[in-house]
Amino acid sequence: MEATSRTFKDNARRALVEPDLQQALARMKAGFVVNRAAAVGRLPEFDALRDEARAIKNHTLAHLDFYLERFEQMVTAQGGHVHWCRTAEEARRTILEICRSVGAKVVTKGKSMIGEEIAINDYLAANGITPVETDLGEYIIQLRHEPPSHIIAPAIHVTKKQVADSFYATHTNLDASRKLEEPRALVDEARAMLRQRYLDADVGITGANFLIAETGSTVIVTNEGNGDLTQTLPKIHIVTASLEKIVPTLEDASTILRVLARSATGQEFSAYTTFSTGPRRAEDLDGPGQFHVVLLDNGRSALLGTELQDILRCIRCGACMNHCPVYGAVGGHAYGWVYPGPMGAVLTPTLIGVEEASDLPNASTFCGRCEEVCPMHIPLPKLMRHYRERAFDKGLTPPLPRLALALWAFLAQRPRLYQALTAIKIRVLGALGRRRGRFRKIPFAGGWTRHRDMPAPEGRTFQRMWDEAGGAR
Amino acid sequence: MASNAAGKPRVGLFVTCLVDLFRPSIGFAAVKLIEQSGCSVAVPRLQTCCGQPAHNSGDRKDTRALARQVIDAFEDYDYVVAPSGSCAGMIREHYPALFDDDPKTAHRAHALARRTYELVSFLRDVRGMERVDARFAGTVTYHDSCSGLRELSVKEQPRRLLRSVAGLELVELPGAETCCGFGGTFCVKYPEISNRMVEDKAQAIESTGAGTLLAGDLGCLLNMAGKLKRRGAAVRVRHVAEVLAGMTDGPAIGDGADGG
Amino acid sequence: MSAAREQILATIRRARGRDGDDATFHAAAEQRLRQPPRGTIPARVDRPPAALIELFVEQALALSATVDRVASAADVPAAVAAFLARENLPATLRAAPSPEIEALPWQDRPALTVTYGRSDGQDEVSLTPAFAAVAETGTLMLRAGPDHPTTLNFLPDTHIVVLRASRVVGPYEDGWAWLREAGAMPRAVNFVSGPSRTADIEQTIQLGAHGPRRLHIVLVEDGDGR
Repeated sequence: MEATSRTFKDNARRALVEPDLQQALARMKAGFVVNRAAAVGRLPEFDALRDEARAIKNHTLAHLDFYLERFEQMVTAQGGHVHWCRTAEEARRTILEICRSVGAKVVTKGKSMIGEEIAINDYLAANGITPVETDLGEYIIQLRHEPPSHIIAPAIHVTKKQVADSFYATHTNLDASRKLEEPRALVDEARAMLRQRYLDADVGITGANFLIAETGSTVIVTNEGNGDLTQTLPKIHIVTASLEKIVPTLEDASTILRVLARSATGQEFSAYTTFSTGPRRAEDLDGPGQFHVVLLDNGRSALLGTELQDILRCIRCGACMNHCPVYGAVGGHAYGWVYPGPMGAVLTPTLIGVEEASDLPNASTFCGRCEEVCPMHIPLPKLMRHYRERAFDKGLTPPLPRLALALWAFLAQRPRLYQALTAIKIRVLGALGRRRGRFRKIPFAGGWTRHRDMPAPEGRTFQRMWDEAGGAR
Repeated sequence: MASNAAGKPRVGLFVTCLVDLFRPSIGFAAVKLIEQSGCSVAVPRLQTCCGQPAHNSGDRKDTRALARQVIDAFEDYDYVVAPSGSCAGMIREHYPALFDDDPKTAHRAHALARRTYELVSFLRDVRGMERVDARFAGTVTYHDSCSGLRELSVKEQPRRLLRSVAGLELVELPGAETCCGFGGTFCVKYPEISNRMVEDKAQAIESTGAGTLLAGDLGCLLNMAGKLKRRGAAVRVRHVAEVLAGMTDGPAIGDGADGG
Repeated sequence: MSAAREQILATIRRARGRDGDDATFHAAAEQRLRQPPRGTIPARVDRPPAALIELFVEQALALSATVDRVASAADVPAAVAAFLARENLPATLRAAPSPEIEALPWQDRPALTVTYGRSDGQDEVSLTPAFAAVAETGTLMLRAGPDHPTTLNFLPDTHIVVLRASRVVGPYEDGWAWLREAGAMPRAVNFVSGPSRTADIEQTIQLGAHGPRRLHIVLVEDGDGR
């Protein structure tokens, strides 16, 4: 998908005044945040499990080649295929080849962030194959020709009226006077419309929350059942997953699953958590005839052994963005690409370059809420700061802030000069501000005073006053 | 260096640039409280800034230079105390990692970090203060500044000490742990987003009906006070040290000499 | 082997910065696969088997599944017939061709039409066994195989599961232990926690998104199997 992360500031400005989006964000905060807290409150072992989850992923990353090779061995032993893809382009071509091998016309899709990352839908469509999103949220945004705005609730920004409008416009074979006012009616209609698509599909593509080295299994975590229908009914099941999704054993998956749904939606477990292993067996009565795992690198292996490695622990729960005050103010589209919120602020510059996405790691107060709720203990502010350092070293900071910062750093490293100059400036500002106690306008400080007053300084510096009081040094 | 002959620990006050420049009375309140807790206080002259602005802007070189300056200035004290969670957090949580390539400085940074505390945490957790001898007639509400809360676990300590202030009624702020939108340079780099955050915060503050807002970080306080004033709210804003030290005679943050 | 595969693996190995014996370095990983360690098991499942069954029922009900408890397998057809009548559903079942299900006394309920096999999307009600049930979260563990086609779990509007009480375990890990004992990994293991649902429209929960709208569990109290 075409990234608009470069225009984050404009995106954000527009988002702040969109009433539907703001209402949706308020609902999200009341929902996900409250529900996660309740779920965590009901599981005394939650923090111990987070520590274990982090340890499992760190161990896995230290032995990544070993576990990936074992995974491949197990998949192949079951009659499945693993396709290693270095880039998004290789992944797209691989998927197309597999689809063409059975003359596929229609492909159903379960939700896959990797699918978005490699922009598979547009590619398939351009090659004469129709992709049909089956996750209700993904289906809605597919109809609206929009990208997802949240990694687990892709249509979180859409109101029920907007959904109804899309359905009226698209499902033209239905009675135009039917009522679509309530979510129940919308869900029922989507269910009915998609049912035949599941049955007609030649190929089903799902993502994977986990890959299991021990058994060669792939795991999806859903609530709707669409991912299961997508993988069970067609001739071919393709799993798109990036390398770092791998975990060693079934037990390891269970440990991490205990913190996944709780962190994401506040559920203890999703309605459907499915472990898929290979194609249908000779004696099975249903299931796909072929099983393919498209294993994508696209920049992950390059993170190993670097300061950014920790982002590879992300299990895509969305807790960080649910709790982020910046995401909560501007929503997901402002971030301009596939991954929004705090994890997106780290992953986006990683995948599309810090020049394209430099605003993302900058648009944070480092309040630390994301790291606080991350089930995998990813130090997100530290990783964002790392990108700020990269951007600074590359000279990507705009000239005025860079100059102001350099001036501040220059003075601060020369305390006597600093103290002499500041004493003067503060005296002036203090005198100007004494009566009212604050300024409505200050030259060069428009960013501040446009929205708030600036309290006036008291007028003397502490250092000077301490000298005068004969305080100990 | 050991404590002085009387056995009193010697505290180096890290003033912070904002307190030094904008509101020295917070510094004096901090001194009073630290002395009340049974320590002597000195203020090293050669201090300016902890380096956060450079650190958060990705300017590692200047951050290290400022950190060295702080390490040099504060080497000789038993404790280093700052009336700011973000500055104390910078020293405590971030200084050591700045010197991964320089074991000697890293060692000194670790030694400094171990001795550095946010003010109220120092009073409660290190000096064991149970109460203060102050009075304050009115309702206050308290905002948890992010660094103090998440880096230094400052949460219960200010509330405990505030409850010991005679006449003071503490009412909890809804969303007390939600960021106020200051974030250092964030508030001028992303002014609209910052504005939304501080507007939400101001609404929450006003909803408590409290007469005074307190917090432990002057950056947050300037941000919130500026917004409350722009909204015409009657809420007064002070640093928690001012109330705990019983030094609330002067104008509150953003208030004129006429008190409004 | 593909160039992509080699390049990716080479990048990973280079990042580790070790030369030397890959086999000894990966000994810890080999060991982990040989003897998978368990993580922290929630204390809520630390209770006797009978109490685990109660926990399972409590959790399943909270997830909007419905539960019928019967004394023995002989009572299952009557319970199923009564459920279908209650819910105004047709007396037709598409059932999993499992010995356990086929052995039930369906002849006691001649008005019920039971056919066996996979679903092709035309069935309103399916009936399957359960490999196990996880009391920890009120979750059914369904094991695909010739006796349990996966389509029965997802296509019909109503899914009825016959669960023997002796198959209820506490934590997920006990379910994996049983699964390993039962042979090779099946094509699919479905963990089912209540009916299908979505909150994609204005965060309001709606049941029956694509999978079954109704999940009904007939719990056969055949003892706790310990």
